Amino acid sequence: MMGFPILTLITFLPVLGMIIILFLKKEQGNTIKYTTLAITAIQVVLAIILLTNYNYSAAGVYEERSFQFIEKFRWIEIGGISWLGTVKIDYFLGVDGLSMPMVLLTALISFIATISSWNINHSLKGYFALFLLLDTGMMGVFVALDFFLFYIFWELMLLPMYFLIGIWGGPRKEYAAIKFFIYTLFGSIFILLVMIGLYFSATETLADGTKVFTFNLLQLMNSGNYTADGILSPLNPNNLRFIAYLALFVGFAIKIPMFPFHTWLPDAHVEAPTPISVILAGVLLKMGTYGILRISYPIFPDITRDLMWWIAMFGMVNIIYGAFVALAQKDFKKLIAYSSVSHMGYVLLGMASLTTTGVNGAIFQMFNHGTITAMLFLIVGVVYDRAHTRGLDDFGGLALQMPAYTGFVTVAFFAAIGLPSMSGFISEALVFVGAFGVESIRIITMISTLGILLGAGYMLWTLQRIFFGPLNQKWATLKDIEFREYAMFIPLTIIIIFLGVYPSAMLDIMNTSVNTLVNFLHNNFTVSSISGL
Amino acid sequence: MELNNLYQSINLILPEIVLSASLVILVLADLIFHKDKRLIPYIAGIGIAITGAFVINQFGISGFGFQSTSQSIRNYGLIAVDSFGVFFKLIVIASSFLIIFFSLSSSEISKIKDRVGEYYALIFGMILGMFFMISSTDLILIYISLELLSLSSYVLAGFTKLQDRNSEAALKYLLYGAVSSGLMLFGISLVYGLTGSTNLYVINSLIQGPHVNLFTLSLAVILIFAGIGYKISSAPFHFWTPDVYEGAPITITAFLSVASKAAGFALLIRFIKTTFVSYINDNGEWTLINVFDWQSVLIAISILTMTLGNFSALWQNNLKRMLAYSSIAHAGYLLLGLVVLTNQGLLAILIYFIVYLLMNLGAFLVVMLIANKINSEDIDDYNGIGYTSPLLGVSLAIFLISLTGLPPTAGFIGKLYLFVALVDAKMITVAVIALLNSVVSLYYYVRVLKHMYLSKATDSTPSIIPSFGSRILVLVLVIPVLVFGIYFGPLVNLAKSCLVIIGF
Repeated sequence: MMGFPILTLITFLPVLGMIIILFLKKEQGNTIKYTTLAITAIQVVLAIILLTNYNYSAAGVYEERSFQFIEKFRWIEIGGISWLGTVKIDYFLGVDGLSMPMVLLTALISFIATISSWNINHSLKGYFALFLLLDTGMMGVFVALDFFLFYIFWELMLLPMYFLIGIWGGPRKEYAAIKFFIYTLFGSIFILLVMIGLYFSATETLADGTKVFTFNLLQLMNSGNYTADGILSPLNPNNLRFIAYLALFVGFAIKIPMFPFHTWLPDAHVEAPTPISVILAGVLLKMGTYGILRISYPIFPDITRDLMWWIAMFGMVNIIYGAFVALAQKDFKKLIAYSSVSHMGYVLLGMASLTTTGVNGAIFQMFNHGTITAMLFLIVGVVYDRAHTRGLDDFGGLALQMPAYTGFVTVAFFAAIGLPSMSGFISEALVFVGAFGVESIRIITMISTLGILLGAGYMLWTLQRIFFGPLNQKWATLKDIEFREYAMFIPLTIIIIFLGVYPSAMLDIMNTSVNTLVNFLHNNFTVSSISGL
Repeated sequence: MELNNLYQSINLILPEIVLSASLVILVLADLIFHKDKRLIPYIAGIGIAITGAFVINQFGISGFGFQSTSQSIRNYGLIAVDSFGVFFKLIVIASSFLIIFFSLSSSEISKIKDRVGEYYALIFGMILGMFFMISSTDLILIYISLELLSLSSYVLAGFTKLQDRNSEAALKYLLYGAVSSGLMLFGISLVYGLTGSTNLYVINSLIQGPHVNLFTLSLAVILIFAGIGYKISSAPFHFWTPDVYEGAPITITAFLSVASKAAGFALLIRFIKTTFVSYINDNGEWTLINVFDWQSVLIAISILTMTLGNFSALWQNNLKRMLAYSSIAHAGYLLLGLVVLTNQGLLAILIYFIVYLLMNLGAFLVVMLIANKINSEDIDDYNGIGYTSPLLGVSLAIFLISLTGLPPTAGFIGKLYLFVALVDAKMITVAVIALLNSVVSLYYYVRVLKHMYLSKATDSTPSIIPSFGSRILVLVLVIPVLVFGIYFGPLVNLAKSCLVIIGF
């Protein structure tokens, strides 16, 4: 453990960058860009420092002392008149195997998205200031271990995202931006309600022996902390845990996005500028599944066990439905957006298995989807920048015109399909192996495998329509990718192939924690049932 | 009445005496300096500052003023001084102080500079009315203070006489006000007929007895509520609000939306708590006397108010009118704190009022500064204004986000405490309805942001650079909204120390 507040630094560094940018002049466009690049590059360096100091055998999950890089101090302290009790909220950060991959992903994707933002051409100051604020929100969600803090970060992202889509987006940007905003706020009010409900259901014992209500996630995971009459306490025979679980799940599911809450995603993706699509697909969607793993699962293991079949079912629907809709798309970006829906379904399926293999696969898939889909959106951005159209049928024969580009596209497409030796293959395989081993969801798993077939279908068909066949003469002047674009594609390609060949590099980070989580889920909160219904 | 008693009572109303004296000084100053009236706003400001000092001095004191000499009810007086009252008086003082500064930078008010003496004198009339509303414990004094406040505000609503809508506002306000105060007076007469007293504490002990005609009492209570509900603009007594808010000078609109509402809420809370509560347990839960089902009535009114306010605001194109509907919706949220009938809920109301003061006055201030320049409050005229006037744009954005209740702004903390009170009282359904309402409100608040930022600035978009004073004023309001959003300990502690209502 280090005394140095590295998590605070990695989280709030972007805010510092934002302040610097606000003091720069509007005309200093390049300075603004390079400041952002420097900030996100430092973030990557900090993430690597975290990784090199990371202890692979510490579990975390529910146990405070095995979390790493902990920072904890009192943030809000309200002394009490007796009947109001005292309010104590901690500023509590830490990482374990569930959050470490996400921290790495956030740093990486923010950096790549900054490079991709280079051709944003108006209101640079506002753009990069909001971009950095968004970065802080994302990083904060993954390192916060206090529900209140988590919620603040969670909501902090909404406003920058609204503006980033709404100001720098495509033709229907206003519609897409407000739809995103209202959908996510709708989800987060349920998260807020459950947060307050949990607060009144469990207490934390302070050093001096007094008991106070708590937002501390780790304390909420301990069934011994619950009061006898709390509305979300398993000890209360009339508890509302089942309803609360559903509410929380909906809140997170909107972010994933899980069918039938996915309709904001295609609009947001199609209208958002390329770098924001990259952030959206690369990091934001993971917050939904991360929230479920970090909060829903360990605080409500009882309900999770009861509902695993349904979660798997929704995972399957996401996979199959997303893939079919993707097949029908004529817009390149929309196709990638729906493929995203499909790929997040694998995460849900893996999580639903409640086995170490399956959950490992799910988190690995979260990371891989982050890198692969980010690359796919960058690919769309490259061709759209040049041709100003995204219609799949408008192209043809680009392979000859843009050979290097086609090479990267092929790598990304095959990774998305799940070709062996690419990272996507490993995570999907783990998900299927994990889920297949569970008797109750075996059939669901078997049907889900169809998703791979459909995925190959739409991806290869797209490859054929855009890159093969005779060259459409309209595009005879298109240039191949340039240095800046190589800089975005090469790191992602290396990571995708490296993790496909040597997946342990990532799996080892999460394995101990996932093991602990799975054991915890099977052995805790066993007194309760969903008797409240 | 013994002289000693009178002397003590006068000690308790020192702030009110200062207010009255300032009012007189303002009228005189208006006569003396009839050529050059630049000094008058500063005299008003000093008057308010001195009043504020006397109010702060009352912290921690609690007692009754103007007690009756009659044996049976001797302990109860006409007015009560307690920390609860001090809190609301401070809210009123803070908003009055800000309104004086608003008036200084308002172009509407500068057009009537030969009549500013009356303008400030009338504002003092309003403040005096509010002060007595906040502290009175006797139905007669409640009625008189309500009328003092109302009569001053009728005049102020149409004071500028620059457009037709000013006079329309004043007239509508007067008509609605006359009806509701008539209803209230009738209610008071019924209560007096039933109990033989106008003192709230005495009524409290009398209606605990067995011989109360429940039907008549309920009727009387509903009639009295009409008078108070009109002041806080809760449904179904809110119809005047949009027209008056749109027509009145923006300084007065802002003042009505915060101070007048605060006084109304203080009155409502004191009225319910001293008249109808029989017992408060250690957990701060109130037990009502079994004569009138306040809880169901308040739930219905609160939900109706916020839903009507929010849904009507969706379609508004005039920002003043939109903020009027939004303030109706906020009255609905504030009532939630009363619905639960606990001290926890009361705490939430107090916290919300501090936050509401900052964010609502802030929003009105920015709208006023923009209107000073473009002479319009129409949302289409805001297109691209965020780019040409960065400070005003960003501040308005922060105020509106705070009004929506999103972190990390103070508005979130206000809402959080309200929902905490609701969940603690296990009223989950009400909490869900209120939360869904705040999702609805997001749409119309963000619509302003959309016009300011998502529409491109054109050559005709005005670039507004407010005066140095106005910029300071904006920052004075915007910084606490952000700071309290992240560090709200002091806010809650202040509210916590102001929960005491004398007698309980």
